[in-house]
Amino acid sequence: MTTLTKTEGAGSAPTGSDPFLSVRDLYVRFSTEDGTVKAVDGLSFDLERGRTLGIVGESGSGKSVTNLTVLGLHNPKTTQIAGEIVLDGQELIGARERTLETLRGNKMAMIFQDPLTALSPYYTVGRQIAEPYRKHRGVSRREAHLRAVEMLAKVGIPQPKLRVNDYPHQFSGGMRQRAMIAMALACDPDLLIADEPTTALDVTVQAQILDLLKDLQQEFGSAIVFITHDLGVISTMADDLLVMYAGRAVERGSVGEVLRSPQHPYTWGLLSSMPRLGSDVDKALTPIPGSPPSLLNPPSGCPFHPRCAFPEQVGGGRCATERPALPEGRGAACHLTAEQQRTVFIDQIKPRLG
Amino acid sequence: MSENPTLSPERQDPPDAVGETLLSVEGLTKHFPIYGGFPFKRKVGAVQAVDGVDLTVRAGESIGLVGESGCGKSTTGRLITRLMQPTSGRITYAGQDITRANRRQLAPIRSEIQMIFQDPYSSLNPRQTVGTIIKSPMEVNGINPPGGREKRVRELLETVGLNPEHYNRFPHEFSGGQRQRIGVARALALEPKLIVADEPVSALDVSIQAQVVNLLQKVREELGIAFLFIAHDLAIVRHFSQRVAVMYLGKVVEIGDRDSIYNRPRHPYTHALLSAVPEVELAEETEGRERIRLAGDVPSPVNPPSGCRFRTRCWKAQDKCATQEPPLVRIGGNREGHLTACHFPEEPTIAARDEDVVLDPALAALEEATDTH
Repeated sequence: MTTLTKTEGAGSAPTGSDPFLSVRDLYVRFSTEDGTVKAVDGLSFDLERGRTLGIVGESGSGKSVTNLTVLGLHNPKTTQIAGEIVLDGQELIGARERTLETLRGNKMAMIFQDPLTALSPYYTVGRQIAEPYRKHRGVSRREAHLRAVEMLAKVGIPQPKLRVNDYPHQFSGGMRQRAMIAMALACDPDLLIADEPTTALDVTVQAQILDLLKDLQQEFGSAIVFITHDLGVISTMADDLLVMYAGRAVERGSVGEVLRSPQHPYTWGLLSSMPRLGSDVDKALTPIPGSPPSLLNPPSGCPFHPRCAFPEQVGGGRCATERPALPEGRGAACHLTAEQQRTVFIDQIKPRLG
Repeated sequence: MSENPTLSPERQDPPDAVGETLLSVEGLTKHFPIYGGFPFKRKVGAVQAVDGVDLTVRAGESIGLVGESGCGKSTTGRLITRLMQPTSGRITYAGQDITRANRRQLAPIRSEIQMIFQDPYSSLNPRQTVGTIIKSPMEVNGINPPGGREKRVRELLETVGLNPEHYNRFPHEFSGGQRQRIGVARALALEPKLIVADEPVSALDVSIQAQVVNLLQKVREELGIAFLFIAHDLAIVRHFSQRVAVMYLGKVVEIGDRDSIYNRPRHPYTHALLSAVPEVELAEETEGRERIRLAGDVPSPVNPPSGCRFRTRCWKAQDKCATQEPPLVRIGGNREGHLTACHFPEEPTIAARDEDVVLDPALAALEEATDTH
């Protein structure tokens, strides 16, 4: 048994230089039998080294597609992409597959949601961790094997020298996710994309994995894009937050800003529809009416207007016709004025949160 | 759990007005056999999914059942609805022993205990219209409500917030949240006294979950239906249930009223579970919560640890825990009805400790390294 004193959260200061990952006006469209799905619709964000960007949104909000596009893992036959993705000064859209291959697993890596389907059942865990390391570093089989053992030890797999030769089915769910993290970090990537890495896990295991990711980030100094639908997870993990709805970013800011003084009605809705351990049990939850829109035919103007309670306050039917822009830095893509947002949040939303 | 209300002088704060015992379960056990061997398959072991669960549900109350995957909470729900045959133990519904009741004896009781399932996509027959789905429980039980079954179905659709005009639509025409509403309408069709809701919202999007939780709450309050609410999301269970039972590896480790479990837990596992919930901090300054990080995963229910089943992951475990199984009893200082199965209970608080409990070796090593820097 080990007990430790409380450690402070990661507090790396942003540098003044160019962002490490910069996504500008990204559009991703899929052609399907039913029509064109506008999965990502004009998304921009920046990420500095050593920082964690959280992306929250419901299923179908485009958060996973964005990051598959960053890695170049989309199907090029059915996907149309516009915009730019710059990783450390290198343009990724339109880059050759060869170029992407040298980056993937080396400079940028991904942790997937379901470790059972993301790991191959045919190879040992150790071989799967060693493979990218051998490919990118050109080391011998033996060195790569040692690296796999080292990484497994780092992520807390007991008896790593023995378990390195196990197959994924011999690992439990939490251990598989640890093995995935080991695989992603084997080449010391500068960018780590974690797509709902703890959704399939139990809550006590989730807490272990989240803390492990945070501690490893401090050690490796990677930039992390953390995708989830769980605001609680985001609030413990991220430095900055991007709220996505229907393929667009609707609000952006630091985690504290977005969660403590949210500006967009969708963020208000998310916060007040979710019970917390500290909330008042006698207050009914306030759900967001309706359901998320189809991306085949997203609503005109602001995509959230059919479910929003405040279009009258904006007036003139602007919400249905005019698409609100998301300002640079802290802000929300909403037609309500900053003054209106503040009064509505303090008068109507905050009391609900209890 | 034999609670005798006449023997409790200090029942000053009953959580809500609840009636008499509707359902009680004693020593409920379900072992799934594992077969192996060649050429003749023999029983080589058993998954001890549920192993001696005691539980009571009172009329009109909502009791939550929380725990991690594989702790037996869903199996308990299925045993109570008699969708599965228990290995041993006793299930009493309204004074009648239904543990071994046959199909005919169960028929009148089945209509009073209904179930809402987790996955709204697989729990509705895609070939049947919504009307048929909601109507069939009434047909099976030969119930003819005044005004006809169709009228009743339309009323039910309205109760659960769906358009009665959608009577003839098929499940695929509805979204996940709406499908779950259809499931609720079907469960309500027979005017049950107890609904077993097995993870009713976990398959839904965040913004939709609240709609269904509010609907269930409305149903419970207006129709006085008792709920056994099975979920892994502790915040939702807290919101919905007056009493909560925490399960670990097939056993109830702690049970009590909501306030006791969430604010004054005694079992180390309850402490670990609560401290692991990621919470949105809405205030700038927060009174810290304790931080407990367990090591590893839940052990296999095929071969559970001896004595206290939590001891392999517990930071307070001693020799006694391996040999003696702790009984589920009321510990000094606990409220009436707050029972804990632990030899060395924790302090009844969830406030931050002087030292975090970090059992995970990788975390401990990494944090030690950053601390010494």
